[in-house]
Amino acid sequence: MNELLLVVTIAGQRVALPAASVESVVELDALIPVPRAAPHVAGLSALRSRVLTVIDCRRALALGSSDVGSGLCEAAVVEIEGHHYALIVDSVEDVVEAIADPVPVRAAMGPGWEHVSVGLVETEEGALLLIDVGALVEGVEAKAA
Amino acid sequence: MDDLIADFVAECREMLESLGGEIVAWEAAPEDRARLDSIFRFVHTVKGNCGFFDFPRLETLSHAAEDALADVRAGRRQADPQLVSAVLAIIDRIGEMIEVIGAGEKLPDGDDHDLIAALQPGAEGPAVAAPAALVGERTAASAAPRTIRLSVELLDRVMSGVSDMVLARNELARRLRDSEVEVTVDSAFERLSGIIAEMRDAITRTRMQRIENLFVGLPRMVRDLSAELGKQVMVDIEGGDVELDREMIEMIRDPLTHIVRNAVDHGIEKPADRLKASKREIGLLTVSARQSGNQILIDICDDGRGIDGQRLVDKAVAAGIIDKDAAARLSKAEQFALMFEAGLSTAAQVTSISGRGVGMDVVRSNIERIGGIVEVDSKPGAGSRMTLRVPLTLTIIPALTVSIGNQHFAIPRSAIEEIVRANGESVTLSQVGGAGVATIRGRRVPEVALADILGLPSSLGDAERTLIVLKPAGGDVFALAVDKVHDHEELVVKPAAPAVMATGLYAGTTLADDGSPILLFDAGGLARVGGVKLENHERGSRIVDANAATGQHAATPVLLFRTLEGQRRAVRLGLVDRIEEVPASALHWGAGQLRVQLGEAILPLAGLDRVPDDGGKVRLFRLSDGHAEVGLAFAEVIDMAELDETVLPAATAGEVEGVTLIGGEPAELVDVHWLFARLGGGAATQDRTMVCRLPSDDPWMQHMLRPIVEAAGYRVVSGESEEEADLVIAAKGQPLPANDEGARTIWLRAEPDARKNDKSIYRYDRAGLMMALTAAGGTK
Repeated sequence: MNELLLVVTIAGQRVALPAASVESVVELDALIPVPRAAPHVAGLSALRSRVLTVIDCRRALALGSSDVGSGLCEAAVVEIEGHHYALIVDSVEDVVEAIADPVPVRAAMGPGWEHVSVGLVETEEGALLLIDVGALVEGVEAKAA
Repeated sequence: MDDLIADFVAECREMLESLGGEIVAWEAAPEDRARLDSIFRFVHTVKGNCGFFDFPRLETLSHAAEDALADVRAGRRQADPQLVSAVLAIIDRIGEMIEVIGAGEKLPDGDDHDLIAALQPGAEGPAVAAPAALVGERTAASAAPRTIRLSVELLDRVMSGVSDMVLARNELARRLRDSEVEVTVDSAFERLSGIIAEMRDAITRTRMQRIENLFVGLPRMVRDLSAELGKQVMVDIEGGDVELDREMIEMIRDPLTHIVRNAVDHGIEKPADRLKASKREIGLLTVSARQSGNQILIDICDDGRGIDGQRLVDKAVAAGIIDKDAAARLSKAEQFALMFEAGLSTAAQVTSISGRGVGMDVVRSNIERIGGIVEVDSKPGAGSRMTLRVPLTLTIIPALTVSIGNQHFAIPRSAIEEIVRANGESVTLSQVGGAGVATIRGRRVPEVALADILGLPSSLGDAERTLIVLKPAGGDVFALAVDKVHDHEELVVKPAAPAVMATGLYAGTTLADDGSPILLFDAGGLARVGGVKLENHERGSRIVDANAATGQHAATPVLLFRTLEGQRRAVRLGLVDRIEEVPASALHWGAGQLRVQLGEAILPLAGLDRVPDDGGKVRLFRLSDGHAEVGLAFAEVIDMAELDETVLPAATAGEVEGVTLIGGEPAELVDVHWLFARLGGGAATQDRTMVCRLPSDDPWMQHMLRPIVEAAGYRVVSGESEEEADLVIAAKGQPLPANDEGARTIWLRAEPDARKNDKSIYRYDRAGLMMALTAAGGTK
């Protein structure tokens, strides 16, 4: 049984999230900002009676910021240590099956990608970078601080 | 009380149930330490609770079993089959008694000596369950209680379902407003809405309990305990309105009880020792609960002798818990932490109350099991403080919502002292070195703007804002300027994600009625981020020692109580010497006045107009004006409070001086002066001791002279005391502290040589001093 992957686009790049860790994909509208929090924390949102901490993936990777001000944006909801997070992505594409286990990336990536990378997985749609959701939530800037 | 007993029975039943397996296993392998420990804890818990509920038979039994098991634990004795059966027989008997208690019947008198004797080493064959006579004709099936036990998980599911339902209703309400619907639809929706609100309320309450439920038993327990130990302890309880998960409360109950017992038993000294250490003879035990960050803090402070860290270390080394080298390197905090090691006790002697070294380890493991922490702090001679920190999951707290720009935030109500308008008459804002200072009715407090703390834009000027005076846990007040204050709401707070908590500003998140998230502030965090220096101040000494209370806000502490007729009254705390409980037989009529006998003394008694017929016990305050004493009977003590509202004087002189508001409800203030004027006068039965006034601000007088004066038979009062003194001692050249008519004065001078006509005495001239003291005593 091969792992299922959710293919999303972050900062124009197609990458894969482990589908097992993604609870749902939602469209967020108004966000409540969290003053004084790390910059990649875009704010709070509510999904049913749960509070979601919204993570701007671009900021988390130190690749500029997503446009969260205007209307809806797509996000993948994950749960880490009992807290729910919504990861803002450019778009959510598809679910694919991994053909092989991830292998380390040997090419030089940006520090942001380096921080969140698990490795390269082979899929029917070609090789995709597999993202460590926990590291993404942590954020590269917060990590450096 | 019935509730508490029901809890106790339920707890014991549960423990017995889970113990069932353990007992069998222990019987098979008596050397199994873990089993031994859990059985030991059971009898220990039973013993502890019995002391509280007054079940002497249960207590004797559990105490005996505990003794034997403690010996085994300490390695003084081997667990042989004979001991095992004896202990099992006792546990069975305890089980039977608990069923009797659970059925609401009185425990019959009976003899358990056979069981206890069987515990002795070398005792003859165990008294194998000759079924105790106490069972008697008890109804066969114990009546099933009208309660069920639910798993918290299930409740959680129901609760989140109801929350979703509320949000769905809100959504529906919005849609309905936008579309044209019939009136009948509207009214049906209203009804649904009401039902959902009610349901949400009920389901929330199922999990929540005011922490008061946990505190309510404490005053009584401390009272009984201190009476037993010959100590005087006043309990001050605060923060009973904090709500906490029911499950959490149950988990805290035992540890809290244990810590309080320890504090009374080991912390607070006997009255004589306290006086020697120049403390008030009444010890103060403060139990307070408050919310801080995403935790509930329960503080148990006493002003007793403190914890001897070195003793703990020595004990730990002796018990082989740590080795000498490690012991030498321990910090103060680590030394204190040793008390949580199993099998360590600093009590010089084992009492029936505590001090077996069991307990603190149990306390810690219980608290840690719910994700909490126990902290200890102590100053030798000044007291100790235990802090239980437990997480605030699913805690409902009352909060105030405020806003900056268009974003809403919540502030826990417990931290709010008052709310004032920045442009109000009693408020002035000023800048000191770039920092804001608000002067509110003469009180100067640091002021910070919430918009600045958060780095949010705000269109309002300083003067247009509203100031919220906050008092963070354990810190001093500061004023927070917010743009707008909205509403009081009860919020279900959930912990926020680590990235949000990392700011240090927030205590958690919550959902507003419209389903949007709101951040809840942590008052202490606001102060820290805003750069306000928080100074810890000792709360302990504040209430009891009214003399030492300086500053403008010297509220008079009062004791709120209910009279036998049911009125809510208050009496000034400083006048209450102690609380006594006497049998009705100690009351009698004498010389036209109801009097009560207390030991050697006979006191006039107020608050009661006849000897009660039912022969029950009467509780009374022992009021003292310094020489005479008067008893004042009462039904129950409600609380300690502070008298800060104005007193509306009574129209005619009498038992009641006036009416005031305490805790938002009217209470009559007892006119103690009138009581003494009417009853106290000729009735003083105690020998009148001579009173000597010493200036309280002179350390030499207080520390060097005072013992000599006291040894000469004087009672010493401080310079400010209202009491009339027979003798005043003052340093030469200093003004007399107060006008005492008819009092003799002794002047002391610092230089050995007297000038001409100088009647003063050189202050180290002991013989001269003694003569003067004796002479002054003789004139009366």
